[in-house]
This record gives sequence, structure tokens and C-alpha cells, in this order.
Amino acid sequence: MPWVTRGLREGIVTTRYPARPDGYGEGWMGTVGVVGEPEAGSPGELEQLCPTGAISARGGQVRLDRGRCILCRRCVDARPDLFCFDSSVEVASMRRSGLVVPPVDQTDAGLALARADLARRVRCLRRSVHVRHVDAGSDGSDEWEVAALTNPVYDVHRLGIFISASPRHADVLLVTGAGTAGMLGPLRRTLEAMPDPKVVVAAGTDAASGGILAGSYASHGGIGDLVPVDVWVPGSPPSPFSLLHGLLLAVGLISEAEG
Amino acid sequence: MTAISPTLRLEPAALVGAVVERVEAPGRFAGLFATARPSGSTELLAVVATDGRLDVLQAHLAPGVSAYPALTPRVPGAYWYEREIHDLFGLVPEGHPRLDPLVLPLAHDAPRPRPGAGQPGPGLMSPDESPLPGLVSGEGLFTIPYGPVRSGVFESVEYLVETPGEDIANLRVRVHHKHRGIEGRFEGRSTADGVLVAERVEGVASVAHAIAYCQAVEGLAGVVVPAPAQLVRVVHAELERVANHLESVIRHTEASGQAVAYARLTLHKERVLRLHGFLCGHRFGRGVVVPGGVANGARLEPDEIGSALDKLARDVDDDLRLLMATPSFLDRLRGTGRLSGDVAASRGALGPVGRGSGLGEDVRRSRPYGAYSLLGFEPAEARSGGDALARQNVRLDEIRTSLELARRAVAELGGQERGPWRVPVVPPDGLGVGWAEAPQGEVLYLVESTGRRLARVKPRSASFHNLALLASALRGDVFTDFAFVEASFGVSIAGVAG
Repeated sequence: MPWVTRGLREGIVTTRYPARPDGYGEGWMGTVGVVGEPEAGSPGELEQLCPTGAISARGGQVRLDRGRCILCRRCVDARPDLFCFDSSVEVASMRRSGLVVPPVDQTDAGLALARADLARRVRCLRRSVHVRHVDAGSDGSDEWEVAALTNPVYDVHRLGIFISASPRHADVLLVTGAGTAGMLGPLRRTLEAMPDPKVVVAAGTDAASGGILAGSYASHGGIGDLVPVDVWVPGSPPSPFSLLHGLLLAVGLISEAEG
Repeated sequence: MTAISPTLRLEPAALVGAVVERVEAPGRFAGLFATARPSGSTELLAVVATDGRLDVLQAHLAPGVSAYPALTPRVPGAYWYEREIHDLFGLVPEGHPRLDPLVLPLAHDAPRPRPGAGQPGPGLMSPDESPLPGLVSGEGLFTIPYGPVRSGVFESVEYLVETPGEDIANLRVRVHHKHRGIEGRFEGRSTADGVLVAERVEGVASVAHAIAYCQAVEGLAGVVVPAPAQLVRVVHAELERVANHLESVIRHTEASGQAVAYARLTLHKERVLRLHGFLCGHRFGRGVVVPGGVANGARLEPDEIGSALDKLARDVDDDLRLLMATPSFLDRLRGTGRLSGDVAASRGALGPVGRGSGLGEDVRRSRPYGAYSLLGFEPAEARSGGDALARQNVRLDEIRTSLELARRAVAELGGQERGPWRVPVVPPDGLGVGWAEAPQGEVLYLVESTGRRLARVKPRSASFHNLALLASALRGDVFTDFAFVEASFGVSIAGVAG
């Protein structure tokens, strides 16, 4: 019985998230935030810091679109007065515009509507959720992070979330990758094969905007125009905690902070 | 970086002879690549690795020339390379045995992306989805398409298994679903930004790709990377190798239903990624390697890293020993997916796939770079079995060696923790060639710079080279072996499809 004792010896390694916050994100650079107002430098100069066009600096306000950010640190290194690393892992949003920080001023009617619509669809899913993953042109690291959700540290089974082999009994479609031309057909057929109600999660910067691939002859700029996305998770690749946050948001087990 | 011979220019008709001569020298065919020029001409570049050296042979095809004598009939390793060149450039290798599409199936007369031509692409290119004809004929034979959306969290790839029912008679691989056109995304960027693309060519081997790319740029510019930066590169590259090798073993345990071993090893892998994240801020080590050195030193004290590595080495070793004493696990690997030494040698199998079939090459030793000679690196001993077990044994040895190497690099770093971390790199116009031993095997980068911008970058992952051998390893096995053979190849599809 040597294997049995192995597991017991280690003790509990599973995170308590979401019941309690997990301190892991504080140890590394999870995401980029905006900390200041620009005093010097033209908007054009600031925008050019970013190789994927995530920064906008019009109207005296600097904004960063996490859905385009590939975490390359160019902006944090060049302008630490404006940009910083943020340890937050709860970065998923129900709206594509919700990935922009600081949030664009808009009425929360849009969020309330999206939330009500999603809540209606997922009411019956909360206790058992089956997730079908589709790679629509990722760099391969996104799959590692999705697969990590079943390791003992994240162990999504404890939350009633399961990775499903068939789209026929899947509730959530989790899509990674920029949306390559070759995956358009298989992606749509997978979504079609899923029973209603269904929820789509775009996982990662590539899925949100194409990231550094945007403009390629073989990829769409993200999957937003290919399938109806309900929840967006930024990150290149998205960390397992961010993915978990996105999934919990998708099935209404937690709600998105007002922004 | 003196291990590259000056590029030898040849007539297209002389290319085959020159490559064959070097392969028989003896050498190893390492790849055939093409680059389009804005003028409409195309350059063919063949790379042959001989003892401690890389030979680059270049042939010029004038505008309007759309064919050249194929290498494949005499150099079987060129089989996939010529199919890729046909897809991307529309060039026809005359005499190629089977020019099926590989990375981008397009109609015969459709415009091609022609990377290097420097023009904006002709818009989105949608692949032609029509099925491939079967290759094996006989009573009761049929084809099972497996993928591109497969059962589980996998990268998209389509395996077409030709079978009479249980035995695998033949396998064809279609990778085009994932073709992202990533080579084109290098063009026009500064050499400093090019590394961001290189890190995403094969996301699970980001560090190795970044190192190979940067070494190509650094070689071209003739700069020497500071010693402390070289040590930091080793730490990250070796952690990446441990994570990848663990992933391969994890997929074996998953396929054989070893639930506790699966849980234990995924826990170790998570710890490796976390250590990586604590060291540099990114779980896959991105943003560390930059042209001229590394972005920063490690964010932890050498003592801290050292003790984390020691604990990791102890825990991983403990579980791997038990796994290798579990008969129900070993039975699935022994004799499965046998890649004969002859095939491996004639096709130039790379990395653990080659080392599991008797080939001893490891470019950390054969064409040493960075701090590997300083750290006294000795490659894992080659195994001759050629089966999934031999490949796994190579990986288990390498996990131990890698943790030890990282440990030594950290100890060396203890005395030099203040840097310098990087030197400025201004590459002149020209072609640079870089390489690194990724977890999957040798990664090659051909980098052409013009006016301080990237004119063309061609990454060649070991995954591309090795996946072409999967069919040979599977022949004669049965369906239930498939998952093991695939896992034992440890290939990332992103690196194959481009």
C-alpha cells in the first residue's frame, strides 16, 4: 500500500479558495494595474510602450486593456510611476470592457443585464458543472493551466466542477487560443453539440484579443467574433486561479465586483 | 558561437548532393527552410549538424521559379519540411513522394503567405478541410479520425488512424487546425520585441525558445552574455525541463489509471511552476531571457532557491522511485511504441526521443552554449530500448540532472548576485543561427535582421522534427497504446503547427 501513505503523509495541500482568499497571487506578478495619472510624456509615447496595443492614453487618463496585455513588463519597467504589477488573481469579467483598468465610466445597467441573463441560464448548474475545453490555437501553455485545475492544489472537483470529454453533457465551453482559421469549424461544431443552457468562457489574452498574434493571416483576433462569450479571463497564459475565478463567475457561484 | 560554418551558397540543383554528402560524413539533417524576398525570389536554407558544428547551405530560387529538386528521396528527414515549404511558399519539390498538406492546406492556385516577403498578408487564409485519402488498402481497413477536439484538455491536432480494427496499420497527423502563422508575427519587430513572439511559438518551452532566439541575435551581433546572466538562463531552462518531463510522466500515469501517482506528480509539477513564478514573476519563465542577457536577477535569495530545489529533488525522486516499482504502470510502457535505432538515426530524432533510441546527442554538450560547460554538464546516458519505457527512463534521469544543474547554477550565482545582467545588442544586417536543448530536443532559430528590424525569423522546434516519427513508433501497436506513445514523445502541437 505504499501509494496510499504517500498522499496521507503530505497532508492537505488544497487551496480554500473561494471560501477563503489564497495568498499565492501575492508571490508573483499576476496582472498589470494602472497606478497614476500621466504628468509628462505624450499619449503616443505611452501607447508605444506596449507591443500589443493594450495601453490607451487619450483624454489625460491612462488605461490598460488586460485582454490585450501579454504581461511583458515593458510598461512597468519604463514607467513605474504609471504601471505596476498587481497580485490580484480575480481578474475575470462578464464583459470584454470589464478587462480594462481603471474601468471605463459607464452605467452598470450593462453588467446588471449580463448578470441577470447569465444567472437565468446557469440556475440549474450550480451543483454540478461539466466543462468542455477547446484549444482554438493556443501556444500550449494555456492547456497546462487548464489541466492544473484538476491537480490537488486547485482540485475543482471539490466545487462540483468537472472536465468533460464530450460536448454532449458539457455546460461550459472553455476556449483557449486566438481563434485560428482552422479551428473555426471544430469550435462551432463543439458549441452546437452542447445542450442548452450553455456558457462560453474565453480563457487567456489570446482568446480575448489574439495577443501578439493579432493581425496574423491565420488567426482571428480572439474568439469574441466566433462564438458568444459570457466570461473573459485575461492572462498569457491565464493562471489557474484566474481560470477558477472565471468558471465560478460563469456558473454564478460568485459575483463580479461592481466596477 | 563559433560552431556555425559560413553559409555556403549553391545552385538549387546542387543542394541535394551537398546535403547528402554532409549527412553521410556522418552528420544529422537538422532542417530545410525557406525565406521569401520582397523581390519575389526565394532562398532555400538547409541545415546539417556535424560533429560540433552546424553547416548552413543556401540555394537561391529566382522570381518565378516555383520548383526545385526534392531532398526527401535521399534525405528522408526532409519529408515534413518540404511539405511545410510547399504549404507556405507554394514551391514544389520535384520528386517528393507525397506532397500532402501539413500546416496550411490551401487550394492549388491560392496565394501563399510567403513569410519573409515583407508584404501585408493577403487577409485571413482559411484551410481547405477536405479529407486526405487513405494510404493503406486491404480488406476491412478503415480510418478513424481522432481530433482535432479530443477527449480531455489537449492541444488541437487530428490523428488519422488507419486500422483493420485493433492494430494500428498507419497513422497520419494533421496539425493545420492550430496553424497560427506565428513566424510572420516576428517580421518588422525590433530584435528586443522578437523574443516576445519566440516565447509563444511553443509556450511550454518558452525559455528554450527565448534562449535559442537570443543566441541567434547575440551571435549575429558578436556580443558575449555576462556570466551571471548565463547562470540565470540555466536555472530557468532546467526548471522548464523538469516541468515538461514531469508532464510526460503525468500523462503516462493518467493513461494507466495511477490515480495517486497522478495526484502526486501534478502536485510536484505545480510546485515547479510556482517556484518558476516566484523566481521571475511568470509561471513559464517568460520575460526572463532577453537579447544580451536576462531582464533581472532572480527575485529570491540563492539560499532560498537552493533549499526549494533540494526539497523538490527529494520529493520528486521519492515518488518516481515508487512509480518505477509499480508493475501495472511499467507493463503499459514496456515494448510500447518502439522506434528503432535505425529509423531514429536516419531521421535524426531529437531530444529524449532520440536518446531513448540510442542516439547520444544533446546540444548542451555537442554544441555547448551558455554556462553548461562551466557547470560540468554531462548528458543523460542514451537508452537503446526505443520504447516508451526507454524514453521515460531518459526523462527520469534528466529530471535529476536538471535539478542538480539548477542547484549548481544557483550556487555559482551566490557569488555574483549583483549582475551585470545584460549588455546592449545591436545586430548588423545578416543571418544569425541559434540553438538550445529544449525539453523536447534541439530548437533551432534562423534570424535575419535588416536595418535593426527582423526581416525573417524561422523557429524550428524539436516537436516538429519528432512528431514526423510518431507513425513509425506506432506501427504494430494497438489503440490502447496510443496515449502512451503520444505522451512518451512529449510533443507540443503549437511548436509543430507554427
